[in-house]
Amino acid sequence: MATHDEIEIEVLRYHPETDSEPSYRTYRVPFAHETSVLQGLQYIKDRLDGSLTFRWSCRMAICGSCGMMINGVPNLTCSAFLREYHPGKLRIEPLAHLPIERDLAVDQTDFLEKLASIQPYIIPAESKAVDEGPFTQTPAQRERFYQYSECINCLLCYAACPQYGLDSGFLGPAALALLHRYNSDSRDVGKADRMPIVNAQEGVWACTLVGYCSEVCPKGVDPASAVNRNKVISTLDYFFRFMAPRGASE
Amino acid sequence: MQIVQTDVVIVGGGGAGLRAAIAVAEADPDLNVSLISKVVPMRSHTVAAEGGSAGVVQTEDSLDSHFYDTVAGGDWLCEQPVVDYFVANCTREMVQLEHWGCPWSRKDDGDINVRNFGGMSTARTWFAADKSGFHILHTLFQTSLKYASVHRFDEFFCLDLIVVDGRCQGIVAIEVATGEFFRFEARAVIFATGGAGRVYPCNTNAGISTGDGMGIAFRHGVALRDMEFVQYHPTALPGSGLLMTEGCRGEGGYLVNKDGYRYLQDYGLGPVDPSPRPKAMELGPRDKVSQAFWHEDRQGRTLETPLGTAVHLDLRHLGRAKLLERLPMICEMAETFLGIDPAEAPIPVRPAVHYTMGGIWTDGDTATNLPGLFAAGECSSVGIHGANRLGSNSLAEIVVFGKVAGEQAARAARAAPAIDARATTHEAEASMQSALALLGQDGDQRLADLRDTMQTAMENGVGIYRSAEGMQTACQTLEKVRNDYSRVRLDDKSRAFNTEWLTVIELGFTLDVARAMAYSALQRTESRGAHQRLDGYEKRDDEHFLKHSLAYAVADAPPRIDYEGVVITKLPPAERVYGGMARQEGH
Repeated sequence: MATHDEIEIEVLRYHPETDSEPSYRTYRVPFAHETSVLQGLQYIKDRLDGSLTFRWSCRMAICGSCGMMINGVPNLTCSAFLREYHPGKLRIEPLAHLPIERDLAVDQTDFLEKLASIQPYIIPAESKAVDEGPFTQTPAQRERFYQYSECINCLLCYAACPQYGLDSGFLGPAALALLHRYNSDSRDVGKADRMPIVNAQEGVWACTLVGYCSEVCPKGVDPASAVNRNKVISTLDYFFRFMAPRGASE
Repeated sequence: MQIVQTDVVIVGGGGAGLRAAIAVAEADPDLNVSLISKVVPMRSHTVAAEGGSAGVVQTEDSLDSHFYDTVAGGDWLCEQPVVDYFVANCTREMVQLEHWGCPWSRKDDGDINVRNFGGMSTARTWFAADKSGFHILHTLFQTSLKYASVHRFDEFFCLDLIVVDGRCQGIVAIEVATGEFFRFEARAVIFATGGAGRVYPCNTNAGISTGDGMGIAFRHGVALRDMEFVQYHPTALPGSGLLMTEGCRGEGGYLVNKDGYRYLQDYGLGPVDPSPRPKAMELGPRDKVSQAFWHEDRQGRTLETPLGTAVHLDLRHLGRAKLLERLPMICEMAETFLGIDPAEAPIPVRPAVHYTMGGIWTDGDTATNLPGLFAAGECSSVGIHGANRLGSNSLAEIVVFGKVAGEQAARAARAAPAIDARATTHEAEASMQSALALLGQDGDQRLADLRDTMQTAMENGVGIYRSAEGMQTACQTLEKVRNDYSRVRLDDKSRAFNTEWLTVIELGFTLDVARAMAYSALQRTESRGAHQRLDGYEKRDDEHFLKHSLAYAVADAPPRIDYEGVVITKLPPAERVYGGMARQEGH
């Protein structure tokens, strides 16, 4: 690392065994042009304070481990760079709206349960043996869901969502985007099974259309559009239920 | 210590572990599966695989051709019956992933699209843009949620195997959030713990790829096979080692030196064509392409960058539309990490450590030589990669052999004798005490210094080209690091979410893997695949070394290196030929 400058990083610290509430600690970190915020944290851990706790893994913005608040904004620390904050300083905190496990690591359990609840797998019209080969899916059919399949589950959108901050019962942006991903897949017929989740009080109607989730999404998934498409679908579903037997809205 | 009684423990929630979990659940839903992973499964390193996964699908292609390419690509150090099984099952597993929702890229008519990859005779690499591993992993993870018998233990760190009466009867794990110890009693255990790229300083791997499963198995007397064969991927970013997929070259990208010259033509890979010719130029195998960089570098024909010398990966002629369709993540990474638009400027790249060809010895059915223990994926050596893996064979491997491991472990679990609870308790207590001792010990060595010393020694001594002197120096340094390891001092003495403690334990595993690599390399006095020597052993020596190396742990001494023959059934050893003279079997 060709070091040319130093920057101050203020980090939220909280240890569940010893601390009654979080506090902040400041470190001075040398950096070069290419030094990511994650590398800044790694420097602290390697050289200054081995007790600083945070998650990371791939370093290339695909594993979704290293989301944190940087100066109040949800971001992946591996693809944000210290130079962008210099000569100012950084304040790094765990993702908002999620319980802190320790320091910068948050509890992901609630999201993982929500993800499992939306039946995030193909529910096929009829079972097809592997020997019969792949389903046909044109590029246009794939395009209808592909964007929503690019979610890396980094939880930045949950930290951005004011509704989730008020009521963690809300299914939230990433889970609703994934639900829409499967509902929009030409190989899937599970929409009727998933509609009760969409229609529920904690489903799409809880969203207040702020759109900050899509703004912070590092992968361009645009969960807000998934949620709002489902508001239309949910409305139609509501009407069709009075007009036809269940399942006709597929 | 808490106790979990289960039937099958799977350690590792990447592609191989998840595929194994689904296979157990489908083979016998009455078997209780515990899926242990030190990260939430979708964080596993499978997520970072980019280019795609092999599976013969074009009418003009053949299984024989995939077999030939794999065995020749591995410089004949492949178990041929296992390669036979592998190539015969790749496509089936790709279709299975498709049925589970994997968004494979398609042709206009809705059929599966495939791309060219290095060392492959024709296009047979299934891809989902350049996020193939990401989509495979998320598809497997989300599909695994269907199976009620699969119980996840996310962020549980596997500390040790429990071996009683010569049989694997479970594992000991640490719950990361609390630092609590858990004993999992199981009648079969599958290791799917991934590779060990973190042995080296500059690598394409995630921070979690620390060779845990290899290190644990090794300590229990399980052989690590062919560990000297470490793959350098030719196109990684200088400094960080972040991967620029081989798919860039599969789509037609060029590698040029500082003079703008496509230098691979000087290394037996020509002729130069404007568009990709299978097995030639930029579509040569990874070992040869990385070795060519080394020579260019020595001759001063590489570019200087702030983070090391490099050549250029030039994608400009592919055009922006194709780049955004086929290589969107490469575009995003080039922009984020280099501030480069690949449609406008070439990307500086150099080789970085990418893949562990060797691993835990298994038979063709993924069984190790420790009864009750199975292994699949990069942590294993089932025998298909030999001395050099072909790109897109490893994503196929994790599903083909993940499935086998699940089925075999299910069978073994049903047949296994009852767990000896008293003896497993005793073993688990011993593992716990040694982990706690690390936490409490007072020393003068800093974790990061030990890690850096190990990594630098490996890069300097056991790199792309090797000599006895360099490898001996590396071995000596590794023994010193091993000594110093007993004097490591932690800043963090607490239990809850103590990643410094877990990283020290990981480093212990990584260090054992590094030693297995270095000593295996030192003793192989020939050049083959990714193991190239400069000290009088520049040629392949089939008479003495058409053999797998087997590294065994020895208490307080360097590993013992043994050898076993290679099973050759239908393709006798021959010269590896690439470029214009390459055999394009199946055509």
